[in-house]
Amino acid sequence: MSALAADVIIVGGGIMGASSAFFLRKRGMSVILLERGLIGQQASGVNFGNVRRMGRPVEQLPLSNRSREIWLKFKELFGEDAELLLNGQMRVGFTPEHEERMAKYAQEAKDFGLGMQMMGGKALRERFPWLGPEITSGCYAPYEGHANPRLAAPIIGRAAVREGAQVFENTEIVNVEKDGEGFRVNAADGRTFRAPVALITAGAWGNLISTSFGEPVPMIAKAPQMCVTEPVPYAIGPTTGALSDDPDQGVYFRQVARGNIVIGGGGRELADIENRRAYVNPRRTMIKLKNAPRVMPAFKHLHIIRVWSGIEGYMDDSRPIMGPSARVPGLYYAFGFSGEGFQLGPGVGEVMAELIHTGMTTTPIEPYHIRRFTNLAANAA
Amino acid sequence: MKPRFVRLAETARPRVYLLIDGQAAEALEGDTLMVAVLQSVRSLRESEFGDGKRAGFCMMGACQDCWVWTTQGERLRACTTEVKDGMSIVTRQPGATWPNLA
Amino acid sequence: MAEPRVIIVGAGPAGVRCAETLVSAGLRPTVVDENRRDGGQIYRRQPANFTRPYAKLYGTEAHRAQALHETFDALRSRLDYLPNTLAWNISDHKLHVVHEERSRALPYDALVICSGATDRLMPVKGWHYAGTYSMGASQIALKAQACAIGRQVVFMGTGPLLYLVASQYVKAGATVAAVLDTSPFMRRVAALPKLLARPAVLFNGLALVAGLKRAGVKVLTGITPIEIKGSPESGVQGVVFHDARGNTHTLECDAVAMGYHLRPETQLADLARCAFRFDQETRQWLPQVGEDGRTSVPGVYLAGDGMRVLGADAAEVGGQLAALALLTDLGRKVPEGELKGLRAQQAQMERFRQGLAQAFPWPAQQAAQLPDDAIVCRCEAITAGELRRVVCDMGAQEANRAKALSRVGMGRCQGRYCGHAGAEVIAHAAGVPVEQVGRLRGQAPVKPLSMAVREETE
Repeated sequence: MSALAADVIIVGGGIMGASSAFFLRKRGMSVILLERGLIGQQASGVNFGNVRRMGRPVEQLPLSNRSREIWLKFKELFGEDAELLLNGQMRVGFTPEHEERMAKYAQEAKDFGLGMQMMGGKALRERFPWLGPEITSGCYAPYEGHANPRLAAPIIGRAAVREGAQVFENTEIVNVEKDGEGFRVNAADGRTFRAPVALITAGAWGNLISTSFGEPVPMIAKAPQMCVTEPVPYAIGPTTGALSDDPDQGVYFRQVARGNIVIGGGGRELADIENRRAYVNPRRTMIKLKNAPRVMPAFKHLHIIRVWSGIEGYMDDSRPIMGPSARVPGLYYAFGFSGEGFQLGPGVGEVMAELIHTGMTTTPIEPYHIRRFTNLAANAA
Repeated sequence: MKPRFVRLAETARPRVYLLIDGQAAEALEGDTLMVAVLQSVRSLRESEFGDGKRAGFCMMGACQDCWVWTTQGERLRACTTEVKDGMSIVTRQPGATWPNLA
Repeated sequence: MAEPRVIIVGAGPAGVRCAETLVSAGLRPTVVDENRRDGGQIYRRQPANFTRPYAKLYGTEAHRAQALHETFDALRSRLDYLPNTLAWNISDHKLHVVHEERSRALPYDALVICSGATDRLMPVKGWHYAGTYSMGASQIALKAQACAIGRQVVFMGTGPLLYLVASQYVKAGATVAAVLDTSPFMRRVAALPKLLARPAVLFNGLALVAGLKRAGVKVLTGITPIEIKGSPESGVQGVVFHDARGNTHTLECDAVAMGYHLRPETQLADLARCAFRFDQETRQWLPQVGEDGRTSVPGVYLAGDGMRVLGADAAEVGGQLAALALLTDLGRKVPEGELKGLRAQQAQMERFRQGLAQAFPWPAQQAAQLPDDAIVCRCEAITAGELRRVVCDMGAQEANRAKALSRVGMGRCQGRYCGHAGAEVIAHAAGVPVEQVGRLRGQAPVKPLSMAVREETE
């Protein structure tokens, strides 16, 4: 069987892979995108859907800002609507320590165009009367938003196809091998794919591939715990998240235009990447039910109609792997976004395309280089 | 307005008084809230998505089409809730007021 | 072994007979039921202050209904009965139940799911208008609330319930505009050999049809529903259909009772991680059951219409079989003769079921005929056209993918009323067999869970 070939093979069809495919095509490079299931089925499709900059480590804000520019042109660029709503983002707190945390961040990140405003409890409730009486302070970032994660990556994937990317869904990969100067990717169905460059955007499975190239990274697969209410009249503009002393007790929510309120938080479970299973622990659903009314008392009147989970890759240091391989020329990585990748997706795609095409990128991604785990690899050897 | 449901028997039951969209209405003890409301008006709610009024569907707590709002901001599944004196239901979407009902 | 903890979900015919068998064997099961009163759906008990006698409520089945209710009344002190209690989730050998805003996780050694069934629906344009009800709903309105769903009711669909409820309406003094059966008459004739497995039931069914005709009710077979006419403001106004020859007719009415037999409620079996299999004959996914209601998960059993729709009498048999299977698996000896007798009864019911499936088939072909502007998903108001678009323009050929992109199945009912028809629409649009479309993945909560619910900490 003759191999299919292109300038770049991308392994993993989530939002990172689909975006990279799109932007590589914009740069005139031929692309093969391989996905075991369907585009955007894993972390990209099950996450909370936040399209936000606030709260990210300061070093990540240039990348996040770059991605935001693309989100603002989503329909124009990718051809379909991902239901982006830009009604701001808000974090709220209950204690002086929470206020300190938020104020510290507002100060650290003040030069990145977020327009963050610290507000006291009274001012918050005047502006957002649905907030609960226990809230003492908050930080409101007016330009942030959220979108529909079930739609976004598939839309970008279809746009990549229209741009001429060859996308192969339902194509499970057995391995990625170095083949002379380039790479050969072997599929379970016997097909092979060849390219001088390989980009690994395999999410929670990225570590399996990087390990095969002698670059293991400390990553575990976790299962986000999500739930959603019935549709109710639209009233909650900003995505809202509550700080908490115990990270497993935090809740955050967003209301979509149709009226459902998506609620996340309550901690995460471990996911099973081998069997591709992730479950919702009923205890964590109960935690959300208990904590959400502290932020918005009216939650007690509502009902949740569904819970879901999925598989996300979490790095020990909470930073993704992004950039070239430390060991193998022509090999690149973009995975391990630790539950915060959705908003970054379009930007990551644009940056990886730039990096692969020109050898460099104007957006700082040095902290994400895989070489930071080279000692790990050396010790394992 | 003619009621949607037609009583065929069991009419010798004590009366129950409720409010529907602010108007006084009568039902009988033992009626579900759904039957109680549909004795006075012809629908329970408006579809969220613009396709019109709804009046329930399965009557057994499976379809979830008969959830109504009370004026106190509560949600009641009309077919599995017994009507009680003093219940006050709105059959229209409560607009942006619901989240401020703590 | 210490007293095994057995939980039965459902206090209908299957659950009650299961409980009875277990109590006779010396166990004290917990019976969880969502409703205020026992009896399930077919033997639903009227409110305490209603006065109609059993004969009026349950007709030919009055003695069975009474026997069932009396059995449960007598059992109550020997089991833990939790009414008004919803089983909303299963995890880690615990059944999560909620009662009056308190959720508890009940550990079990064995679980018998007797969750019953709901109506099986095939959409028709306009079925979202106020005044359209499921066939089961029209019966509940009468049985449990002594009401008719409207002044002029059209009964449309197929299955034994179509004739039963229409007859009950006529007897109770309601106005039945017509009984419209989508199944061609000849299918009934061809199914006779199998239907003769239960001659008394068949005879009752024939008598019902004859009774309707005697009462002057228009009864038509082999019809095709075209549209329920109405308005968003005032609801149902009439029904348009083709008769068996293809001629178009319009009937005025203010209510439509619609249904195509029943479909099992399988959400708990799904949450218990039971394996499912595609049933080619009835074109639906059903939990895999082995002998006597054992599922693919040790310790989890199914009985009654929640396993497979075989009717109330079979549910009583199935409940006993599941109890005997459970006892056997716990290491108890069970009377072999009793087991054999029950299995023989169930085999007879199964044969009759095949006859019903043959006589009153699920009208899969209607899915392809749905106009693009017909609503498929009532909860989210998604049309057939929107669903077809995600298949044709976005490549969604599988049920969960199509749901993610179109929202069909994402609403409050979580696919109960749109799941089967949705799969048929997808299959036709994708040009694949309906089995390949798969089934909607079940998630907790089984029904909407109030956010006022708190976990009970013992």
